[in-house]
Amino acid sequence: MITVKDLHKKYGDHPVLNGLNIEFPKGKVISLIGGNGAGKSTLLSVISKLIDQDKGQITLSKEDITNISHKDFAKRLSFLRQSNFTHIRLKVHELVAFGRFPYNRGKKMSKEDKQKVEEAITFMELDNIANSYLDELSGGQRQRAYLAMILAQDTENILLDEPLNNLDMKYSVQIMKTLKKFARKQGKTVILIVHDINIASQYSDYIAALKDGVVQHFGTTDEIIKPRILKDIFDIDFEVILNRGCKFCLYYN
Amino acid sequence: MRTFLLIFAFFILVLASLLIGVKQIDWANFNSIIESGSLVFKVSRFPRTIALILAGVGLSVSGLIMQQISLNKFVSPTTAGTLDAAKLGILVGLIFFPGTSNFTQMSFAFLFTILASLVFMQMLKHIKQRSLIYIPLLGIMFGNVLAAIGTFFGYRFDIIQNMETWLIGDFSKVLQGNYELIYISLPAVILTYLYANKLTALGLGEETAKSLGLKYNTLVFIGLISISLTVSAVMITAGAIPFLGLIVPNIISLFYGDNLKKSLPYTALLGATLLLFCDIVSRLLIYPFEIPIGLTISIIGGIIFLVLIRKRIRYA
Repeated sequence: MITVKDLHKKYGDHPVLNGLNIEFPKGKVISLIGGNGAGKSTLLSVISKLIDQDKGQITLSKEDITNISHKDFAKRLSFLRQSNFTHIRLKVHELVAFGRFPYNRGKKMSKEDKQKVEEAITFMELDNIANSYLDELSGGQRQRAYLAMILAQDTENILLDEPLNNLDMKYSVQIMKTLKKFARKQGKTVILIVHDINIASQYSDYIAALKDGVVQHFGTTDEIIKPRILKDIFDIDFEVILNRGCKFCLYYN
Repeated sequence: MRTFLLIFAFFILVLASLLIGVKQIDWANFNSIIESGSLVFKVSRFPRTIALILAGVGLSVSGLIMQQISLNKFVSPTTAGTLDAAKLGILVGLIFFPGTSNFTQMSFAFLFTILASLVFMQMLKHIKQRSLIYIPLLGIMFGNVLAAIGTFFGYRFDIIQNMETWLIGDFSKVLQGNYELIYISLPAVILTYLYANKLTALGLGEETAKSLGLKYNTLVFIGLISISLTVSAVMITAGAIPFLGLIVPNIISLFYGDNLKKSLPYTALLGATLLLFCDIVSRLLIYPFEIPIGLTISIIGGIIFLVLIRKRIRYA
C-alpha cells in the first residue's frame, strides 16, 4: 500500500503539489485524472523516487521510501514515464530484457529472467517484431515494447504516466484489461494517469481527481463519475449516461 | 561475413602499418632484417602501430559512451568541446609548468577534459530542446570558446607554434619512449566493456535508468572519467584526432544497434581499422613525406559525417 502524506513540491517559485494526501489501496487499479498542470505527473515522479519532494512523506507498505535503496525499490515499484523515446537502437527483446535489470544487475540472465521476458513479449503480442529495432517501429508498437519491459520488471506496484499514448483503441482496451487482470489475479497495485475519462470510468476501481496540486476528490469509480465532481475538476459541463451498467461521460459541447 | 571482413581488414592494415615507411627493409637479406629492421620495428613501427590501434579503439569507444550519456547520436569528443578542453589543459601545463614530463601535461589535460565534460553535461540538463543537431552545435560552440581562450594565452605566452603540433593529430613522432602514456586508455576501455550493460541502460534516459535501479550519477561519472582519460592520453601522444568518436559509433549502430555488450567490440575494431587506414593514406600520399593524420581523417571523416547526418535525420 502506498500512502502519501502532506506532499509539497515547487519548481522554482511555481508550486505544483500543495500538501497532497492520498492512500492508494492495494491490489486495485487507480486512475489519476485532472487538467494539465494539476500535478499528476509530478506526483508519480515523486512516488517513484525520481524527484525529491520539498516536504511530506511517502510510505510503501509502511516503509518510508527515502529509506529504501534504489536497487531494492526497483524490485517493488516500476514506473513508465510519458515519453520514452530516445534515439537508442535496441531490439525489442533487448529492451524488454532491461526490465529484469533490478534482478540481475546487468549480469547474466537467469532462467526465470528469460522466462519473464518471453512471457512479457508474448503478452504484448510482440513476438513477430521482437527482433526489430525500436527506432524502426511505429509509436504504438514502441509503447507496447516499453509496457512489456514494465511487465518483465514484475513489481508489486506499477505506475504509468499516460500509458495509452500513441495506442489505438484495440491496444488501449487490451492494455487496460491487462492491468485490471494484474490487479485481480496477482494483487498488483496499478496507478495510472489517464486522459480519456471513459477509459478511466470503464476500467478503474478507484479514481483520484487532482486539481491545483491536491487530491480534490477520491473514491470508487462510481463515486467520482458524477457531473458535479467532473465539472469541479475540468471546468466544463458533463453528462453521465448509464448504459448496460456502465457510466459514459459526454462532454463534447 | 561482415565481421570477418572487418577482422581481415584490420590485420591487413596492421601488417601494412608495420611494413610501410621511409626506411626500406631489405627482405631478401636476412642479416639486414635483423640489424636495421629490428631497430626500426622496435623504435618506430611497432610503437606507431600500437598507438594507432589504441587511439582508434579509445576514441571510438569514448564517442560511443558520450552518445549513450547525452542521448544524442552526434555528441562526441569533437562535438562536445572535449578535444579543445584537452588542448587547453596541455597549454596550461606548458605555461605554468614548462619542461615537465608528458605525464604532468596529461594530468592537466585530464583535469580540463573532466571539468569540461561536467560543464557540458550540466548545460544539457538545462536544455529543453533535445534536437539531434542543436546539442552538438552547442558543443561545438563550447569547444570554440575553449579554443579561443587557448589561442589567447598561447599568443600571450608566445607558444602558438608549439600549440600547432598538437592541434593537428600526427603519429609520425610516435617513438619508443614517448608514446607509452597511451596505454592508459586501455584500462578505461576495459572498464567500459565491464559496464557495457549498464551503459546501454543509460541510453534509455535518466528516468528510465533510475527506475530500473541504476546508480545513474555514479555511472555517468565513471563514463566521463573513462572518456577524459582516453582523450587526454591520445592527445598527449598524437594530438587531436577529430571525427573518429563521431562516425565510428554511428556506423556500427546502424548495423549492430546500441546494445553495447554486442556493439562495443565492433566499435573498437572499426575505430582501430579506420585510423590505421587514414594513417597509411597519410604516409603514402606524398611519400616519402607525410601528411598529418589530423588532415586525412578530417577529410574522410567529414564526408562520412555528412552522409550519416542525411541518413539519421531521415529516420530519427
